[in-house]
Amino acid sequence: MTTKTKQLNRIDLIFKNENDCKEILQKSFDRSHEEIINEMVNSGLKGRGGAGFPTGLKWKLTAEETEKKKYVICNADEGEPGTFKDREILTRVPHKVLAGMAMCAKIIGAKEGYIYLRGEYKFLVPQLRDELKKFHKIMDELNLDFVVDIFLGSGAYICGEESALFESMEGKRGEPRNKPPYPTQCGYLNKPTVINNVETLAHSYTIMKYGAKKFRELGVKDSWGSKVFSVSGDTPIPGIYELELGMSVQDFVDDFGDGDTKAVQVGGASGFLVPRKRFAKSHIGYQGKLTGVSLPTGGSMMIFNSSRSMYNVLNNYLDFFEEESCGQCTPCRVGCQQLLKGIKAVKRGEKPAAYLDKLLKLTDTMRLTAKCGLGQSVANSFSSIVENFREEMIY
Amino acid sequence: MNNQAEFVKDLVTEHGTNRESLLPILQAVVEKDRFLSENAILKIAEETNIPAADVYGTASFYSFLDIVPRGKYVIRVCKTITCAMKGKNQILLALEDFLKIKLGDTTPDKLFTILETNCLGWCHKAPAMLVNDDVYTELTPNMVVDILSAYKAEADKE
Amino acid sequence: MINLSINGIAVSVEEGKTILEAAEKLHIHIPTLCYHKDLCVAGNCRVCVVEQAGVDRLVASCATPVNEGMEINTNSLKVRNCRKHIIELLLAEHNEECTKCYRNGHCELQTIAADLQITNQDFIDLVPDQFYSIDSLSPSIEKDDSKCIRCQRCVRTCADIQSVGAIAVAHKGAEMKISTFYNHPLNEVVCTNCGQCIVHCPTGALVEKSYVEQVWDAISDPEKHVVVQTAPAVRIGLGEELGFEAGTSVTNKMVSALRRLGFDSVLDTDFTADLTIMEEGTELLTRLKGALVDDNPDVALPMATSCSPGWVKYIEHKYPKYLPNLSTCKSPQQMFGALAKTYYAKNIDVDPANIVSVSIMPCTAKKYEANRPEMKDSGYKDVDLVLTTRELAVMIKQAGIEFDQLNEENYDSIMGIGSGAGLIFGATGGVMEAALRTAYEIVTGREVPFENLEIKPVRGLDGVKEANILIENVLPEWSFLEGVELKCAITNGLENAHQLMESIDNGDRFYHFIEIMACPGGCLGGGGQPFPVDDEIRRKRMEAIYAEDLSLPVRKSHENPEITQIYQEFLEEPLSHKSHKLLHTSYVKRQPY
Repeated sequence: MTTKTKQLNRIDLIFKNENDCKEILQKSFDRSHEEIINEMVNSGLKGRGGAGFPTGLKWKLTAEETEKKKYVICNADEGEPGTFKDREILTRVPHKVLAGMAMCAKIIGAKEGYIYLRGEYKFLVPQLRDELKKFHKIMDELNLDFVVDIFLGSGAYICGEESALFESMEGKRGEPRNKPPYPTQCGYLNKPTVINNVETLAHSYTIMKYGAKKFRELGVKDSWGSKVFSVSGDTPIPGIYELELGMSVQDFVDDFGDGDTKAVQVGGASGFLVPRKRFAKSHIGYQGKLTGVSLPTGGSMMIFNSSRSMYNVLNNYLDFFEEESCGQCTPCRVGCQQLLKGIKAVKRGEKPAAYLDKLLKLTDTMRLTAKCGLGQSVANSFSSIVENFREEMIY
Repeated sequence: MNNQAEFVKDLVTEHGTNRESLLPILQAVVEKDRFLSENAILKIAEETNIPAADVYGTASFYSFLDIVPRGKYVIRVCKTITCAMKGKNQILLALEDFLKIKLGDTTPDKLFTILETNCLGWCHKAPAMLVNDDVYTELTPNMVVDILSAYKAEADKE
Repeated sequence: MINLSINGIAVSVEEGKTILEAAEKLHIHIPTLCYHKDLCVAGNCRVCVVEQAGVDRLVASCATPVNEGMEINTNSLKVRNCRKHIIELLLAEHNEECTKCYRNGHCELQTIAADLQITNQDFIDLVPDQFYSIDSLSPSIEKDDSKCIRCQRCVRTCADIQSVGAIAVAHKGAEMKISTFYNHPLNEVVCTNCGQCIVHCPTGALVEKSYVEQVWDAISDPEKHVVVQTAPAVRIGLGEELGFEAGTSVTNKMVSALRRLGFDSVLDTDFTADLTIMEEGTELLTRLKGALVDDNPDVALPMATSCSPGWVKYIEHKYPKYLPNLSTCKSPQQMFGALAKTYYAKNIDVDPANIVSVSIMPCTAKKYEANRPEMKDSGYKDVDLVLTTRELAVMIKQAGIEFDQLNEENYDSIMGIGSGAGLIFGATGGVMEAALRTAYEIVTGREVPFENLEIKPVRGLDGVKEANILIENVLPEWSFLEGVELKCAITNGLENAHQLMESIDNGDRFYHFIEIMACPGGCLGGGGQPFPVDDEIRRKRMEAIYAEDLSLPVRKSHENPEITQIYQEFLEEPLSHKSHKLLHTSYVKRQPY
């Protein structure tokens, strides 16, 4: 198999000024559901929240459920440190997101949809309400019985986990559920639910408009299309960038670094830290068959230059996880506390350096046994930082 | 407390008594009072038929549903990585210095509370903070003084 | 059926079963903590994780349904390492004072830690950094957060089985804890003291308030005459703590053990259970007359039993408008207490001031009940100290008594004879059955029309049981009941009580008489009974009670010779002035949270 990697390629699809949602929806509604689902499946679009589940398959599975009541939920609980692209999308092109929701609703047979908006973005509510008014008018004109409402979060990172999000919408603590059953069968109020990230829904509009083939002209195998990246940290040009998937971290650093880049955190605090020596070998995309390391991401790219202490970085992440763990499962609740206290103890010399190895084994247990993605992914940043910057943890 | 009871009752009438209404109700009370008092939670529990311990437990899960009294303006300074790298501590010091209180405390006039919070989603414009629902980014210690002075002036007017 | 293999052994189980249940079928033990057969699945402790072929991450066996062709390994290196880690993590946030712990030797965490031989604890002790609190203000229950492993079994019990919601999960992350409303002490919130949280707690985070030392002190005091009463369900539960199979009745060994412990009078709550039937049965007939003959709108029907102090507190909190429906009869424990310091004291010629009245109960709410301010009708605190079945077992062990070697002895008299009707108070439906055995006979002059007096419709573990008894060919003085179909309902567990009360409240159901027991299975499943408990164990205890009932010479309360005697010598007749003073009580409305 040939390995194809991409040079950094800036794309202008998502934020392109287009005001044809009604027409695009009208055209799509004239096609059969199978056609649309096939279009989505063929596009290869994967969830842009970071987990990367194939969107078309998600829609297909939910459409196949016989339950009468179904829901479409837009996950706008963007809480991953270093991620802010969903806010930008909802600010600049909310109509595309809503068009994606309407398309999905039509296919799966949902009459109600929600945008779960994190409490930190409450200031967006008035403009989103205005947008919803216009959207509902379009729904009337297109004769689609579909209403979207906003559900506001209240400050809990874990609610971005889809089943925790349902719990939260149901008025409960945002504690992730056991899986199976999955949302496609048993989601909000135990009804079949499609829950998609903001960006995923915006992409589905693009696919409807331009077709799967066009979408697949971008990206690499298993990681088709473009992706919106949130770039922050030690960069002269922090901000939001839509880039083609498949780029190497090296290409990224060449464009965005400040010339002194030591490491890049891909995928936020729950993602991986890529040290300089791995820039060239690491590619941005979903787990696939690429040679080298393939790093999935919700789009967070945090750049650290040589002035940064990786101990401080890890400490900051662990502080975050220790607070934001829902607390229900043992490996995550106690594990996060142990990791945080553990690196501090090593730094202070209260525990030997070898204690880091015990902690690395602990992160392995957390990855293998935690109930949800939060606890499972703490291992990512911990092991990639400790393994690559061990000295900084000790001295 | 009669006003409180009326207010909760109206909220329940507006949102309904099903469990899905709980968060919007709690949010509305916090928006008005800046925190959830025991009486407020008891009233919500009574009106929605959810055990009071459960309402309390649910509220305490969410960082923005405060269960201890807060000031009229709740300042939440982002402490997550990029903001921490870009001078969050100086912002905090400026706030503490200006308000003469420590992180976590409320001014004696009940006007301001300083809290830290996790990632606000403004990493490219760090450091950032919220004052109630309003966002302030690319902060400098001087800006903080201006921002708070404006809130103070607004409060004085009322 | 779904076919899978566990540790290489093939097994077929019904669709929808979990890996844990499939393993159980193969007699492969998977350790669990948050899992309990009585409760919905939580999947939060992660102790039960197992390896599934082809899946990198481990899966929680309690929460994962079986799939065709699944290959499971419950004991791979990966599983063992992770399981050990998880127990080590739990121990790191757990106050490991095992030797000082009330649950020492009965702790599920301790057992698993011992099985896994957790000998070194490398992780950092988190206990000193946590703001753990201990709530010991309730007369029934102590809550020690430093022993809590956050499995939420208590929360699910309180909410789902008991419909009380006194405790809930609060906060998140490192601060997540089990809390009452604003962390108020249990005695200030809606807690019914039923103790089901204790029975379902795997560790020492929730325990009964122990009065063992006070009882020893009383026994050791030569000035004191210590009277002990034992509730019906204690005799069929106690054996489990002392090496007997569940469902073994140890009545007469228990009596001899109590004598060896030094109690001066060993008496039986079954006696006052019979007395309750006389009083409550008469109260019911009086209410029926008021409703059917006098058309008195103030007569509250259905009449509800009042034996279960957990249920009494529940209705006081949650359905105060139905307080007039509660029988005014005190529970058998409190009737006994009032009589111990009056009738009994006089009979044995001891100054009631020198009597210490102890009761052994399957219940933690009885501790609260004995401390209710109104329970002083004898002029003294009617019941001084209440021990659970578990605490009695502790005393027996402390005294070095080899329980299985004991002789079989009988209760002292008076107040030591109980009928089979009094005995079956220990099972859900028992009060109803006992009442019907007596009331039907009083009204018709004939035995209740069930073979061997066994009123099967009221028996069993079903949530809500109903029985309609047609009353025909009545004696002349009860002519107003001719042709009346007496409608009865029985529930156990407060969630079922909640459902029943809702159906009554919204007019879906009408009954004359309802029996409600706070705990699943009735007192035999009480909050003071031995660990562990599930429906299978409850069923065995229940069988033991009914078997013992069948074996007793007297099986109807009104035929208990000591009952006849007490009315002749002391009380005169049911609902007499003296009865009212000593045996009846009143209730208070409480806040609903």
